[in-house]
Amino acid sequence: MIQFILKRLAVAIPTLLVLIVVSFFLMKMAPGNPFAGEKTVPQSVLDNIYARYGLDKPEWQQLAEYIYNVVFRFDFGPSFQYRDRTVNDIIAQGFPVTFTYGAWAFVAASVIGIALGVVAAVRQNSWADYLSVGFSIGAQVVPNFVMAPILVLVFTLWLRWLPGGGWNGGHWSNVVLPVVALATSYFANIARITRSSMLEVLGSNYIRTARAKGLPGWKVIFGHALRPALLPVVSYLGPVFVGMVTGSVVIDLYFSTGGIGQAFVNSALNRDYSTILGITILLGALTITANLVVDVLYAWIDPKIEL
Amino acid sequence: MLADNRIKTVTSLEAAPAELPTKGRSLWRDAGRRFMANKAALTSLIVLIGVVLFTIVGPYFAKWSIEKVDWSVVGNVLHAGAPSLETGHYFGTDEVGRDLYSRVIQGTQISLLVGLVGSAIAVIVGTIYGAVAGYFGGRLDSAMMRLVDIIYSIPYMFILILLLIVFGRSFIMLFVGIGLISWLGMSRVVRGQTLTLKNREFVEAAIATGSKPRDVIFRHIVPNLLGIVAIYATLLVPEMILLESFISFLGLGVQEPNTSLGALISEGAQTMQYGTYWQLAFPLVFFITILFTFFFVGDGLRDALDPKDR
Repeated sequence: MIQFILKRLAVAIPTLLVLIVVSFFLMKMAPGNPFAGEKTVPQSVLDNIYARYGLDKPEWQQLAEYIYNVVFRFDFGPSFQYRDRTVNDIIAQGFPVTFTYGAWAFVAASVIGIALGVVAAVRQNSWADYLSVGFSIGAQVVPNFVMAPILVLVFTLWLRWLPGGGWNGGHWSNVVLPVVALATSYFANIARITRSSMLEVLGSNYIRTARAKGLPGWKVIFGHALRPALLPVVSYLGPVFVGMVTGSVVIDLYFSTGGIGQAFVNSALNRDYSTILGITILLGALTITANLVVDVLYAWIDPKIEL
Repeated sequence: MLADNRIKTVTSLEAAPAELPTKGRSLWRDAGRRFMANKAALTSLIVLIGVVLFTIVGPYFAKWSIEKVDWSVVGNVLHAGAPSLETGHYFGTDEVGRDLYSRVIQGTQISLLVGLVGSAIAVIVGTIYGAVAGYFGGRLDSAMMRLVDIIYSIPYMFILILLLIVFGRSFIMLFVGIGLISWLGMSRVVRGQTLTLKNREFVEAAIATGSKPRDVIFRHIVPNLLGIVAIYATLLVPEMILLESFISFLGLGVQEPNTSLGALISEGAQTMQYGTYWQLAFPLVFFITILFTFFFVGDGLRDALDPKDR
C-alpha cells in the first residue's frame, strides 16, 4: 500500500512542480509590466517597487523563493492589483464560498446519482430507468454554463422562488441554484455509470447464488452487489472533482457568489498576475491531490489491483 | 447476409469471378453499411451537414454584418430588436443592436472550426506520438507516456486561460492552446492499439522483409489505426467545442467584434432577465444541436467500426 502511494506521489509531485514552473514562466513572459502606468515614474521609485515585490532578483531565484514560500509557508505573495491585500487574503475570502457549494454539489451528485443508478438497474426498463438514461444523454450536451441560465430563467424569473445570484453569507436559498447547476451533469453521469456496472454485477453468478439461498432482495443489493458495482463510479469521482473545480469558475461568475472563480476571472481580466498564479496553483494542487486520493481509494476498494 | 451471398455465388458460378471483386466487403464498406442502418447517427449526420451548409450559405442572406449597429433598434431592443423578417434581423439583435443572425452564423463557424482544428491536431500529433511510443516500447515508451501522464494531470483549463491572458486573446493562441492538450487522449488510445497490432503476423512479416521502422509505422500500423482514430476524433470535436465555449463564456475567448457560440450564450444569459429570450435561444439551439449530432455521429461510428461488436 505504502509503495503504491509513493509510486503515485512520484507522478503527482513532479506534476505539481511542472505546473508551478510553467505558470511562473508564463507570467514572466507576459508582455507589459503590472506597474506600468500613464505617468513616467523615476527609476529609483521603480527600483523600490521591484524590490518590494522581489522582482529585482534573478528569475531563477524568484522562482525558487516562490516555490519555497508556497510549499513551506503556504504564502502566495502580494497581489499586484490591490496594494493592501495579499493573494492569501483573496483566496481566504473566496475559497470558503466555493468550497461550501462545491462540497454540497459533490455530495448531492454522488448520493443522488448512485441512488438513481441503483434503482434504474434494479428496476430495469421502469420509469426510473428511462429517467436516468434520458438525463445522462441530456447532461452530455448541457454544460453548466448553459444549465445555470436555464435554472435562473425558471426558478428566479418565472417561479420567483430563489434568488438568481449573490451569496448572502451562505443562506440556503442562495446556495441551492449553484449546487444544482454544478451537480446536474455529474449526477447524470454517475447515475449512468452506476446503472451499467450494477447491471453487469446483478447478472453475475454469485448474485444468483445469493438470491438462490433465499436472501431478501435488499440484502443482495446492498450486501453483495453495491460494493463491486461502485468501482467504476469511484474512478469517475476524480474527473467529477476536476469538473467541480473548473465548473465553479462559471458558477461563481454567473451567480456572483464572490467565490474563488470570480476572483480568478477578475484578476485575469485585470492582469493581476500574482493572483492568477496563486489561484491556478491552488486549484491545480487540489485537482492533483483529488486524483491521487481517488487512485488510492480505488486500490483500497478493489482487491484485484496489485499494490 | 453471409448465407445469401454464398447461395448466390454457388448458383451463378460463371458470373461470379466478374462479380466478386466489386462486391468485396472491406472494413470501410461494412462500417458504412452499419452506419447507414443506424437511424440516430444518420439523422445526426444529415442535420450536421445541414448546419455546416447553413454557415456557408447563410451569410449571403444576411442583411447586416456582425459588427454593424442598427441604430433604429438601440434603446428599444425588446420590441424593435425581436426576430423579424421585415427588419432583416431574422434572429433579432443583441443587446447593443447588432444582428444576431450574422453573429450566430459566425459563432457557429468558429465553434466548428475550433472543434475541427483541435481534432485535426489530435489526429496528427496523437497518432504519430502514440504509434511511435507503442511501436518502439521499452524505455522510450515509458518516458513518452510519463510525459503524457504529467501533462494530462495539469488542470489545462487554467493553463489555457493563462496562455490567453499572457499572449493576448487571438484565434491563433486559442488554437495553439487547444492543440497543446487535445492530442493527449488520442496518443494513449493509439499507443494501446499499436501495442496489440505490433505483434500481429503482418507486422512481423513487414519487419522480416527488412522494412525500416518508419515504413512499418506509416505503411502497416497507422492505416490499421484509422478506424479507432476516426471514432475518437469525432468524439473529440464536441469536447473541443465545449472547451472553447467555456472559455468564451468567461469572456476570455475570441475578441469583439468576433464571437463564438459560448460568448453569445454568455451574453444572452446576462440579458434574458429583460425578456429578450431570443438572444439566448438561438445560439443555444445551434450549440446543443452541434454537440448532440457530433455525439451521435461519434457513437454511430464506434458501433460501425468497433471490431468487438461485429
